[in-house]
Amino acid sequence: MTEPILQLDDLTKAYGALKVTDHVSIDVLPGEIHAVIGPNGAGKTTLIGQISGALRPDGGHVRFDGRDVTALPMHARARAGLARSFQITEILPAFTARENVALALQARAGHSFRFLRNVSRDRDLNERAGQCLAELGLAERADIPAGILSHGEKRALELAIAIACKPKLLLLDEPMAGTGREETDRLVEVLQAMKGRYAMLLVEHDMSAVFALADRISVLVYGQIVATGTPEEIRSSARVREAYLGEEAAA
Amino acid sequence: MTTIPPKTPPQTSPQAPVEAPAGMATAPVAASRRWTRETLIALTAFALFALLPVLAAGLEDTFMVFFAIRVMVFAIAAVSLSLILGFGALVSFGHAAYLGLGAYSVAILAEHGYWDVTISLPVTLLVCGLFAAVTGAICLKTRGVYFIMITLAFGQMAYYTATSLSAYGGDDGLTMWGRTEILGSGMLSDRTTFYYVVLGVLIFCYVLARMIVASRFGRVLQGAKQSEMRLRAIGIDPYWYRLVAYVIAGMMAGLAGALLANAAEFVSPAYMTWHRSGELIVMVVLGGLGSLAGSIIGAASFLVLEELLSHVTEHWRLIFGPFLVLVVLFGKGGLMALIPGGRKND
Repeated sequence: MTEPILQLDDLTKAYGALKVTDHVSIDVLPGEIHAVIGPNGAGKTTLIGQISGALRPDGGHVRFDGRDVTALPMHARARAGLARSFQITEILPAFTARENVALALQARAGHSFRFLRNVSRDRDLNERAGQCLAELGLAERADIPAGILSHGEKRALELAIAIACKPKLLLLDEPMAGTGREETDRLVEVLQAMKGRYAMLLVEHDMSAVFALADRISVLVYGQIVATGTPEEIRSSARVREAYLGEEAAA
Repeated sequence: MTTIPPKTPPQTSPQAPVEAPAGMATAPVAASRRWTRETLIALTAFALFALLPVLAAGLEDTFMVFFAIRVMVFAIAAVSLSLILGFGALVSFGHAAYLGLGAYSVAILAEHGYWDVTISLPVTLLVCGLFAAVTGAICLKTRGVYFIMITLAFGQMAYYTATSLSAYGGDDGLTMWGRTEILGSGMLSDRTTFYYVVLGVLIFCYVLARMIVASRFGRVLQGAKQSEMRLRAIGIDPYWYRLVAYVIAGMMAGLAGALLANAAEFVSPAYMTWHRSGELIVMVVLGGLGSLAGSIIGAASFLVLEELLSHVTEHWRLIFGPFLVLVVLFGKGGLMALIPGGRKND
């Protein structure tokens, strides 16, 4: 069996008496898209926080690329190859799209304690940033300040920044949040095209996107993983239906 | 297949997508034009400074030269503050401490007979750099108002330390009886030479700050100002970058302090009061945040207005205060925005 790139081992996290993450153990294999779905309040955001390093779990371990990263802060995990997109767009609005991506490339190239050379004239950096943007269909928009891009373009820019980090794992926190149908379809296409190149942990509300993309799906309800399986298994699972999809069907 | 409504309400795009052709052409052009304009304004300022002694000689006005030296010294301090305030959003309310530390370094060395720049310059930079590194390491653990208050606290600490240095004049300050020597030569005693040395240091500091802002380091600093979370997510911990910027700014302000001591041939704790730190912030904001040339303009306007108004009435602050409020309220982007050639959106 291949070694998983990400392994969550018995993670727990509670806010007071509320168990937000209740003994969660899931893994992501290299090249795999593993989706985590669940109703509102299931603890998806908290889980993402613990994987990315924004939150410390109360118990359990996060293993990434063969090492225990539970104690590492976010930036160290990013350096280790864990790139994330944010549910609420987190870009640098005053920088152009290209500068946003170039900064990620620059971060990956090592420390940035370089004071004298003009970075905007760094052709290598700019070209590689342009390639990442082109991959997300943003080539034409490279020199627009990121703050005035459309919402869909901002979502795409988030992904461009993430892939510029040449990650071993993409942690995608609702990449389709707030996008229209057309934009969602385009993002699904883009992710489809990236499939196999990066392992992805996808947390998403858009079920059609999830079922189109995921190799495996885990269902998170009240902090617990109630099922993990292929899309077919999840769709036909009585337990999932009862815990989650049924709830929706009844509504 | 079931679609579950998104948890967050769909965010309607705050701006409609900009039409590609028009937007594409203007954005990079606007950015580069802004820097061209910045350069032109800086060059104009330097040229005016360079010509001033000639003009003053024509008018036989010696005060003008003294005054311009003071303006340039404060412009250096303002540029140094601008680096961390305008590009890193670090509102240091203790920046005058570095003026004082630089000034006292030079004066205390002189008191002990060390007059040469080969000693006083490294010592000044070392003292200011160390103070900035130690206090900055602590201050930068905090954000926002806390950062302002803690930098203020360290600034006051430096101030009260200076007042208690009874061996060096305490409250009364310390007279230098001369100027820093350059490799044993007393050339700085010549007013015009000193003037152009100060101008040279100002140009050096401005160019250095410009290069830093445009470098990889500068991009990290400006990125951290916009979203710390984003930087962490791509693997950058902004803390060390901010600290290094803080140290550079401290050393640059120390350099201004060393020149200030030489200009007056006197140092006093008054150089590092919190009031002075506030004035430095006003100079930077008045000139325009995010513009280094603006900080030079801001420092010059501040001191010139102060000088002119204080001749008109002793209640000059009654006029000066509202003026500052108006510039900050209406001149978004400070005086730089009021100089023709810029666009509001730049």
